[in-house]
Amino acid sequence: MRHIISVLLENESGALSRVAGLFSARSFNIESLSVAPSEDPSASRMTIVTSGDDNVIEQIVKQLDKLLDVIEVSEITSNEHIEREIAFVKIENKSIDESMMEDLSKNEFLKVHKTKNNEIIIECVDSPKKINDFLRSIDKIAVKIVRSGSVGVNSN
Amino acid sequence: MKQNIDNKQELFTGAEIFVKCLEAEGIDLVFGYPGGAVLHIYDELHKQNSVTHILVRHEQGAVHAAEGFAKSSNKPGVVLVTSGPGATNAITGIADAYMDSVPIVVFTGQVRTALIGNDAFQEVDTVGITRPCVKHNFMITDVKDMANTIKKAFYVASTGRPGPVVVDIPKDITEDKCEFVYPEKVSMRSYNPSVQINDKDIDLAVEKILKAKKPVIYAGGGVINSNASDELTKLAKYLNFPVTNTLMGLGCFPGSDPQFLQMLGMHGSYEANMAMHDCDLLIAVGARFDDRITGRLDKFSPNATVVHIDVDPSSISKNIKAHIPINGDVKDCINKIIKKTMDKKLKPMNLDSWWEQINEWRKKDSFKYIQEKDIIKPQYVVDRLYEITKGDAFITSDVGQHQMWAAQLYKFNKPKRWINSGGLGTMGFGLPSAMGVQFANPDSLVCCITGEASIQMCIQELSTCLQYGLPIKIINLNNRYMGMVRQWQEFFYEKRYAMSYMDALPDFVKLTESYGHVGYKVENPNDVDSAIIEAINKKDKLVFLDFITDPNENVFPMIATGAAHNKMILS
Ligand SMILES: Cc1ncc(C[n+]2csc(CCOP(=O)(O)OP(=O)(O)O)c2C)c(N)n1
Repeated sequence: MRHIISVLLENESGALSRVAGLFSARSFNIESLSVAPSEDPSASRMTIVTSGDDNVIEQIVKQLDKLLDVIEVSEITSNEHIEREIAFVKIENKSIDESMMEDLSKNEFLKVHKTKNNEIIIECVDSPKKINDFLRSIDKIAVKIVRSGSVGVNSN
Repeated sequence: MKQNIDNKQELFTGAEIFVKCLEAEGIDLVFGYPGGAVLHIYDELHKQNSVTHILVRHEQGAVHAAEGFAKSSNKPGVVLVTSGPGATNAITGIADAYMDSVPIVVFTGQVRTALIGNDAFQEVDTVGITRPCVKHNFMITDVKDMANTIKKAFYVASTGRPGPVVVDIPKDITEDKCEFVYPEKVSMRSYNPSVQINDKDIDLAVEKILKAKKPVIYAGGGVINSNASDELTKLAKYLNFPVTNTLMGLGCFPGSDPQFLQMLGMHGSYEANMAMHDCDLLIAVGARFDDRITGRLDKFSPNATVVHIDVDPSSISKNIKAHIPINGDVKDCINKIIKKTMDKKLKPMNLDSWWEQINEWRKKDSFKYIQEKDIIKPQYVVDRLYEITKGDAFITSDVGQHQMWAAQLYKFNKPKRWINSGGLGTMGFGLPSAMGVQFANPDSLVCCITGEASIQMCIQELSTCLQYGLPIKIINLNNRYMGMVRQWQEFFYEKRYAMSYMDALPDFVKLTESYGHVGYKVENPNDVDSAIIEAINKKDKLVFLDFITDPNENVFPMIATGAAHNKMILS
């Protein structure tokens, strides 16, 4: 099962490696991990997407909670939540035709940027599942894919 | 102008503050080894009398000594080493303390802050290297944080589930100056060791306890760490429940009590492992279902309701799912159970048939051995040591067969008397940890049960023992083999004894004498008693007893890795 774990972390040097080290040392999966400032200037919020059965997830949460730099841990997938990710896809101009371009610009979740060298960058903000679907649809022509990893928040 | 200066708080260097912090924390003993990065601190230690520094001969020894000190007292152990190789030499000890939850604080020197990250002389990323084997670590980057960080380090090391804390101190921080105030309290929003015990869980456990027909209490080192031996014993006696101990838990329930089933696990007793397998209620207290205990997980205690009491929530349901998890300080939890059973005079079920079954298992006498005429059996030495010391000595051990025989045959009636390396299984632990035990208990008899391979891993500490007059008794069970390795090779590698024969052994008697101690070689079973008695009578001397023992003896019972508990090899 896929799970999103949200961690509020002290802004201490080394705090990030404590979390990353925990996952590798105990061979827990990481599908994605993102860190950024939070509402508290002395703490960052980290979103980890991982997978495992209930016992593994219980251990991940407990082990994270045990780290001294971790202020708060919550598993957000078991309740109502919103999850979003951003992806940039670079495509060479020559691999895209007019009609395709039109389809892309009609899609409200996508934004199309053009670079100086005549490349196209598609910006996509959506749930990872939708992003995966979209990426699969342009799989053959994508030159570079940059994804942020998910962030999520409970919505109940 | 003058007045102005007087009003100003006095300024101290980081090194001065360091020593003042130890004093304020009530630390009077530090085990360490000097070097460039910590010379300011050593200079300050030299100028004062309240903190005594013990000079070891290798940093690993310093950490094991601090562990022995902490495990046999109620105080944290303290270590001071230099940067680079000083820190890396300490790592085995730090990892050992982490595995066995020992409260120690290790101060490591570091290169100047301006040099950090430059591959400077004797620079190593100590915080990075130790991260996976500490409860927490800090680097001090401003002298103003010194006092607060040291306070936090002691607080973290000794509260909750105890463990090692490393504090890395760059050299310039020990020169910089600031005011000194030792904080009275620390609080860390991300660390709260005092857990609220859930009364509902206690009620559920009590209900099961009163209904159990085949209960077992499985108690580990957490009982000792929480100083809960008296409470555990009181409760178990009241309920008439059988008790087994992990290797780390020995002594938390009286070893000579008839309710004691002996140690469990890979080399545990037949009755303990069978009772674990057949029980209907398993009460785990301050224990963590280590793989040396459980054997094959899916065959472990198949019919039991598991109650698991532990201060560390991540230990609960890690390996074995707890039906009733109770997170809290072990002593508080047991007291709550006592209130709801014993204090209310509620009676458990009649356990006669369960005890009958246990006594049947006991008849196998699974730790038995036969002492023949010509050659000393290693078990016999432990047995005699137990009888002669009336079970009252502090025993440290190294790692191997001798450790298992010590655990099986020396009956510990008190907690904190059995000091060994359980989690990491560190050969070399025995002698230096005995030094720490002797410092914490200067008037007590401290014996180190070891093997001829293990003792050589930290043998240099014989010099430390001479310098500080530590009258440790070393019981060397010399079988000329890395016995435990040889045993596995005999069982699982068709007797191909790759590298397990200890060739080119030193003459231990001469070696000990060259360090200024006393040594005896004992080869005849008839001389075992007199040698032990003579060693004990040499009250002020370290005595090394080199017992030449049967090289072919194996540790039984044995549960092979991955086998179920009821599949023990008995002989
Ligand atoms: C530092 C370290 N290295 C290797 C081992 C693996 N090991 C476990 S027991 C053992 C043999 C110990 O031999 P000895 O000290 O003579 O004790 P005996 O088993 O013969 O009683 C070895 C090599 C270990 N536990 N620790």
